[in-house]
Amino acid sequence: MMLDLYTRRKIVNWAGLTVSVLAMGFGLFWLCWILWTLLDHGLPALTSSVFTQMTPPPGSNGGLFNAIFGSLMMTVIGTLIGTPIGILAGTYLAEFGQRGWLAPITRFINDILLSAPSIVIGLFVYEVYVVHVKHFSGWAGTLALAIIVIPIVIRTTENMLRLVPSTLREAAAALGAPQWKIINFVTLRAARAGIITGIMLAIARISGETAPLLFTALNNQFWSNDMNQPMANLPVVIFQFAMSPYTDWQNLAWAGALLITFSVLTLNILARVLFRQSASAH
Amino acid sequence: MNTETNVTPRVIVKDLNFFYGKARALKDINLTIADKKVTAFIGPSGCGKSTLLRTFNRMYQLYPHQTATGSIMLDGCNILDKGQDLNKLRAKVGMVFQKPTPFPMSIYDNIAFGVKLYESLSNNEMDERVEWALKKAALWTEVKDKLKQSGMSLSGGQQQRLCIARAIAVKPEVLLLDEPTSALDPISTAHIEKLIDELKEDFTIVIVTHNMQQAARVSDYTAYMYLGDLIEFGDTSTVFTNPKRKETEDYITGRFG
Repeated sequence: MMLDLYTRRKIVNWAGLTVSVLAMGFGLFWLCWILWTLLDHGLPALTSSVFTQMTPPPGSNGGLFNAIFGSLMMTVIGTLIGTPIGILAGTYLAEFGQRGWLAPITRFINDILLSAPSIVIGLFVYEVYVVHVKHFSGWAGTLALAIIVIPIVIRTTENMLRLVPSTLREAAAALGAPQWKIINFVTLRAARAGIITGIMLAIARISGETAPLLFTALNNQFWSNDMNQPMANLPVVIFQFAMSPYTDWQNLAWAGALLITFSVLTLNILARVLFRQSASAH
Repeated sequence: MNTETNVTPRVIVKDLNFFYGKARALKDINLTIADKKVTAFIGPSGCGKSTLLRTFNRMYQLYPHQTATGSIMLDGCNILDKGQDLNKLRAKVGMVFQKPTPFPMSIYDNIAFGVKLYESLSNNEMDERVEWALKKAALWTEVKDKLKQSGMSLSGGQQQRLCIARAIAVKPEVLLLDEPTSALDPISTAHIEKLIDELKEDFTIVIVTHNMQQAARVSDYTAYMYLGDLIEFGDTSTVFTNPKRKETEDYITGRFG
């Protein structure tokens, strides 16, 4: 009887393991295929002119410099706007949100915002900003990206602060530290690695967003560093060029896709390495 | 209830009741903590000994729905008064917890953190204070060459001594120890028990312990608690060798608990 039970468990274990490995293989297969196609088409198109020249009219030579610049500007400024708001709100939820009604409602709304399709955020910024100033602009794109960053940072900040053991807060309080000191010097510090990871993931997320930029920053054929004007950016350029019938445009789209993928990949790896380093340091 | 006459009372607890929401966890506690002595709270799990300890620095105030009534007098002030400045109280009543709780900063900063809250010392004075606290906590020789390392890089026993050093660095009047050795190995435990013996020259110490032998070894006075009641309180030697109450005797001789 005992042996039966044991044999049955072994079989179940083996079956579970097999199914899991197959599922992993299935997932990896598509991922590798995507990466392979991307490398196959993108690498030959990734010439030095991609980084030095502007997006060309069909049929002539050009690059993605204005789009790379625009993407960097909007991603960086969007992150700079969204991150402090996200960290502050997340800190409120984790450290002060035990009592009262404000925190649960904020948390609920934040969850909705977190899962809102990005096109909705693009339309929102179009409606409240672009329509009023009557033109697309880099600032509008930045705003849309910042709105995507905020809920991600709020969520990770809150989660990471909640992982900090309450005994650490008690220990700091037991020394007579006021709450703002406990938060600034003890709990936020203890959660730092996790919060940075969250910010990295938020950057990775917005650097590939197309829909919100389509309604806000639109695109720009030419060089522009004026945030008040329509701004070129990689996702929209990829969208436009990939759908076009011109081969040189399609090649540039592949190069842009490769660039985004690898910068996101680098960021993710960086986030992991950072997280692991601080985790082992503590 | 103290039979000796040559002790000064430091903390006087009167008619203390404590509630978790509506549940009454402490029932009319009356006792006096003697100055520069070690007082131990013993009793089975859930008897209220940690709860009692946490009223001395009002640690319970961090959580909603926890209330205390009655009075706890320290230096002529009632700790439980609404107007009591909690941060100042906690600077006066230090605490060490069951699990070591080093802050995510260097060993040096772990100790300087509390000192900086209430004193502005020069760099030199701070160096001296850190050294003094680490020496008091019998940790100095082990860490003097790595003060800049993270406090979390130390072993469990060292971390706990770091926490003791941190607590005494602010020079509190009373030191609360909440099962300070229950997460430690026997050697670290012996270290800390020896330390408690030395620390009572400067501080009034209250220790909660699960371990009756520990209470017998380190304390001058012992309070036996059960289900929120203070069953017996007196000299440690009397409580352990000649308890007045049957319940205390049963617990101490291991017939129960």
